[in-house]
Amino acid sequence: MQIREPYFTKLFKPAVFLLALVPLVLLGLGVWQDTLGANPIEKLTRSLGEWALRFLLLTLLVSPLRRVTGWTQILRLRRMLGLFAFFYATLHLCSYVVLDQFFDWAEIWRDILKRPFITVGMLTFLLLLPLALTSFKLAMRKLGRNWSRLHKLVYPLTMLAVLHFWWLADSKARTDMPLLYTVLLAILLGERLYQAARK
Amino acid sequence: MLIKRPSDIREHEVTDFALYQRRREFLKTLGGFALLGASGLPLVAHGKSAFSTDDEPTPYDDIVNYNNFIELGTGKEAPAENAALLKTSPWSVTVDGECAKPGQFTLEDILKPHPTEERIYRLRCVEGWSMVIPWQGFPLAALLKRFQPTSKAKYVSFETLLDRARMPGQKRNPIGWPYTEGLRMDEAMHPLSFIATGLYGATLPAQSGAPLRLVVPWKYGYKSIKSIVRIRFVEQQPATSWSVEVPDEYGFYANVNPEVDHPRWSQRKERRIGEFLKRETLPFNGYAEQVASLYSGMDLRANF
Repeated sequence: MQIREPYFTKLFKPAVFLLALVPLVLLGLGVWQDTLGANPIEKLTRSLGEWALRFLLLTLLVSPLRRVTGWTQILRLRRMLGLFAFFYATLHLCSYVVLDQFFDWAEIWRDILKRPFITVGMLTFLLLLPLALTSFKLAMRKLGRNWSRLHKLVYPLTMLAVLHFWWLADSKARTDMPLLYTVLLAILLGERLYQAARK
Repeated sequence: MLIKRPSDIREHEVTDFALYQRRREFLKTLGGFALLGASGLPLVAHGKSAFSTDDEPTPYDDIVNYNNFIELGTGKEAPAENAALLKTSPWSVTVDGECAKPGQFTLEDILKPHPTEERIYRLRCVEGWSMVIPWQGFPLAALLKRFQPTSKAKYVSFETLLDRARMPGQKRNPIGWPYTEGLRMDEAMHPLSFIATGLYGATLPAQSGAPLRLVVPWKYGYKSIKSIVRIRFVEQQPATSWSVEVPDEYGFYANVNPEVDHPRWSQRKERRIGEFLKRETLPFNGYAEQVASLYSGMDLRANF
């Protein structure tokens, strides 16, 4: 399957870009119209985090999908999906720092040191940062082979993102969504292990 | 024509406005004396209890659409969505254990002897949010005394309805059912401990724990068990649901305490629903004056 040029570049890619902004627009509308429930800050922070995780998984879906369908063009969406993961992760972090804690740096620092799920969340973001900063052509060229080594960080950091979600949830009552993402991630990573074993 | 008629109230009979504004302070002082006397009698002025807070009540819609009641679903909004499933009639309450007058009672039997009053209480959830809720109901002590607990009754435990049809969340087992909570006898007999049957002047909605629930305002919300069907007087500290499931995170006492963090988050602050900036969490949820003496000499860090 291939989409003919210039439709892929001029239509399909911009359409994916706009689609990736839909969650942000919906959340913005929710804040504006006060439809995010009794605790909108919690809802906003959690939704942004969940979208960051979803985009990480979408990024990891690109190569398996290419292998299964043979649709090579999809590789050209990967950087954008990865940057959207970074975009939502940044908003998620801002929501925590600004809306949830309102710049209470002492409390945030205590959270990072003492709260395992915050520690893991921060670590995830720190690992994501260099990937976003080196996502441009110049960085790719300068780093050469090290670029793909560096970007292998996406695997451990997505695992950490899922762990962050597990540790946020109540120990027993609300584990449906973390479990779902764990299964999806296991499939995506399992496919890679399978490919590696076949070679 | 000039009509000369004395006014209904003469000048010296009118309450000074500044004093009027301090009326609750006055009532609180009275409440304090009542506690010292341990009479347990509620002080009611114009239908409002002296134990009520002056904090602005949380809007009704927020109170009934943001609930932790996993028997009716795990999300915050799920209990409201599934509320219709929890039919509350017929309803009966079994009272047993160390008491002279055990038995099985219809809801009407339970409620009938008790005049209802309003208590506007702060509610602090262990998750770090809080509300101010106008409950209607009656003191727990008044209910418990009817069953004449014996000297062996050192604790009282409560159970929520176990019924998979009416409580769809019980089809899965994130925790052991039925939900069980408990209080030490002196905590249960404290005048702040309350049985709620109404909210904002209306019948208690299912998601808020209809038809009757416990409200213990100085403890984290999970102690305030909902939809009670069993009350049991016991000699030993009862096993309570969350403290059994996750003993390092949830204790038996669960007194609101900003100095003792939950392992996964700080308890120093709380978000009052509807407010942007977080508030400082107060020891015993602001009820320290009334209840701190119950725990004198106890290590509150060990007994969290």
